[in-house]
Amino acid sequence: MLSRTADSLYWVSRYVERAEYLARILDATTRLTNLPSAYGGAGTEWQSAVATAGCEETFAKAYGEANERNVCDFLSFNPDNPTSIRNCFALARSNARAVRTALTSEMWDALNGAWLELQRFERKRMDREEFARFLDWVKNVSLTFDGSAYRTMLRDDGYWFSRLGVNVERADNTARILDVKYHVLLPETEQVGGSLDYFQWTTMLREVSALTAYHWVYRQAVKPVLIADLLILNRRMPRSLASCYENISRFLDQIGDAYNRHGPAQRQARKTLTNLANTPIEAVLQRGLHEFIEDFITENNRLGHVIVEQYL
Amino acid sequence: MVAFDEMTGGEGGLRAAYGELDRWLKEAPPEMLALRRSQAELFFRRIGITFAVYGDEESTERLIPFDIIPRVLTKPEWTKLEAGLRQRVTALNMFLADVYGPKECLKAGIIPPDLVYRNACYQMQMVDFQVPHGIYCHIAGIDIVRVDADTFYVLEDNARTPSGVSYMMENREVMLRLFPELFATHRVAPVDNYPDQLLATLRSVAPRTASSDPTICLLTPGQYNSAFYEHSFLADKLGVELVEGSDLLVKDDVVYMRTTQGPKRVDVIYRRIDDDFIDPLVFRSDSVLGVPGIIGAYKAGNVTLANAVGTGVSDDKAVYSYMPEIVKFFTGEEPILKNVPTYRCREREANAYVLDNLEKLVVKEVNGSGGYGMLVGPHASKQQIETFRKKLKAQPEGFIAQPTLALSTCPTFVASGVAPRHVDLRPYVLSGANGISCVPGGLTRVALKEGSLVVNSSQGGGTKDTWVLDA
Repeated sequence: MLSRTADSLYWVSRYVERAEYLARILDATTRLTNLPSAYGGAGTEWQSAVATAGCEETFAKAYGEANERNVCDFLSFNPDNPTSIRNCFALARSNARAVRTALTSEMWDALNGAWLELQRFERKRMDREEFARFLDWVKNVSLTFDGSAYRTMLRDDGYWFSRLGVNVERADNTARILDVKYHVLLPETEQVGGSLDYFQWTTMLREVSALTAYHWVYRQAVKPVLIADLLILNRRMPRSLASCYENISRFLDQIGDAYNRHGPAQRQARKTLTNLANTPIEAVLQRGLHEFIEDFITENNRLGHVIVEQYL
Repeated sequence: MVAFDEMTGGEGGLRAAYGELDRWLKEAPPEMLALRRSQAELFFRRIGITFAVYGDEESTERLIPFDIIPRVLTKPEWTKLEAGLRQRVTALNMFLADVYGPKECLKAGIIPPDLVYRNACYQMQMVDFQVPHGIYCHIAGIDIVRVDADTFYVLEDNARTPSGVSYMMENREVMLRLFPELFATHRVAPVDNYPDQLLATLRSVAPRTASSDPTICLLTPGQYNSAFYEHSFLADKLGVELVEGSDLLVKDDVVYMRTTQGPKRVDVIYRRIDDDFIDPLVFRSDSVLGVPGIIGAYKAGNVTLANAVGTGVSDDKAVYSYMPEIVKFFTGEEPILKNVPTYRCREREANAYVLDNLEKLVVKEVNGSGGYGMLVGPHASKQQIETFRKKLKAQPEGFIAQPTLALSTCPTFVASGVAPRHVDLRPYVLSGANGISCVPGGLTRVALKEGSLVVNSSQGGGTKDTWVLDA
């Protein structure tokens, strides 16, 4: 297939996935800040949301204070924020339109419909209730798009590139949450502990929609070491780094098989996957959670570059 | 001026081809027609024909209006039209081969040489270059108007990159869905084999260097082009890659597409980019839409461009007026399809007549297009007429004039009910190494405003399905 087509399919999925992720961050942060101050954090939740979204610099330029109104507006609608939810949908649609024939009509419907509907949400006049509806709607768009891709696409390179986009973006997002919030998972803070951290932890789980999953997997109270295990190493958890890499590696292998050529991208993915599979959580923590995550983010970015070089 | 109505043929009559349709229209309650019309609109919106016209920033979407009452042609009418179209397109291709080759028609005085040599669309690049299989105009869209039961005129030969064929196909698709009962009572010749014929045409003109399974692609200016929907529609139906200029590269005079498996050689390019933009090394250097070096590959015989470069010289308004002579000269036959009578103001007698009858005529600038630089005598003010009189005296060779035509009308479902509206017809004619083909019918455009003769979609025109009855 055309490199541009593969590139667009890859980015369409990444942008949709990122929009959903932003909606989850905003949702979880709103919940956290709604708590009575005795349970709340240091009042930096909104700043932390911007950091988790990875756009502190652009935010600082556009707004002064990181409060609910500013952050929600910035991450959802601001046209100057290249990765606001609005812009994610705009870019996804524009990429999709350029490769219209590589998408099934269901996928196109989901994106085109979302773009048209987005115009109905009025940026300035949104109260909390309406904003909550908006966030739900964003998640639904992502589910519909993802479901359409899963249920209607031919299983060939187009599908694999599109799935690669989802998983590379997911791995990046989960890693970013860990990067910003690793400190609340450190063993020391567990002792300092108390209700404050508990809600920080559940917020993290909510951001990757894993709160219920946590209980099913571990059947015990929320503990930082298990959160780290769930988000990094647990392959049953769809947004964990290990699960994302299992998928990335599989889709790259399928592309390699179809093209009769395995290259640097396959090797890079396999290397990261092996690393995730052979490191128990205790070793991760011993080595230093932050260093581990930083290394991972570097490796994940490298994979992105290698994929571009090899195929796009 | 009373127009010929294709259903009634005149006051109170009923032409045989429309018998069934007339009965159906009389029985159909207006609510049903309105409902079907909104269903048709929904269908077009859903498949995305709309997004041809709205940009990313503004979501104002516009559909080209679709009229649900089909236009009906009988088989004998179509047979004659088709023969005329074949003859016309044969002549166009021979004319192009001649003006870029031996120039016999100029030597024989069929057409004044300056109309060719000084024509902005005459491409020096093409002189004495043998295009693959000798075909220049692979896809032509010939605009036809009708003035009475037997007379069809050619209004314009579109020999560059004619568009609209996706509407021809989608219109039929929507009619089949909404009015299955009509197709039970009419035997309508199908149009859905157009992509197959187009593909066969493109394959047939692959350069001799290509394998027996040539690689074809469709080159689009990109998603901001107003016809982008059509480009993606056709690429999809043809099963070929839809490429932008940046997807192609030229190395050692061979064109490749950039694919996930590395460069892949391309043999035939159905290009929907104008000559001026196709190669910044040869034509407009500021073009970012084209492919640097593609003309070099073309002239090395390693790739076929459809249509060929330089076909614009044959569909210009001044050359148009010589088409009857051109047809006769190259085919040795009388033209089956007539031209609209055209006065060439460059000829003294003709110009005298035009100057005396400005209020009755349509005067067009030879190099104008899109309705600019045009005088519509019957609708013009005294002042406008005087302005044109001066222009005609100063520079007669820059103008042609034609009588105002009474385009035929067809029953159309408008706000006030079913009423006659003026129509034209654009059939699509394909020329390949294996001959000429043309799916029965084409795109009917209809002027939805009462009395209007302007069928362009930018000015309130719509489209209709076009039926050629097989009985």
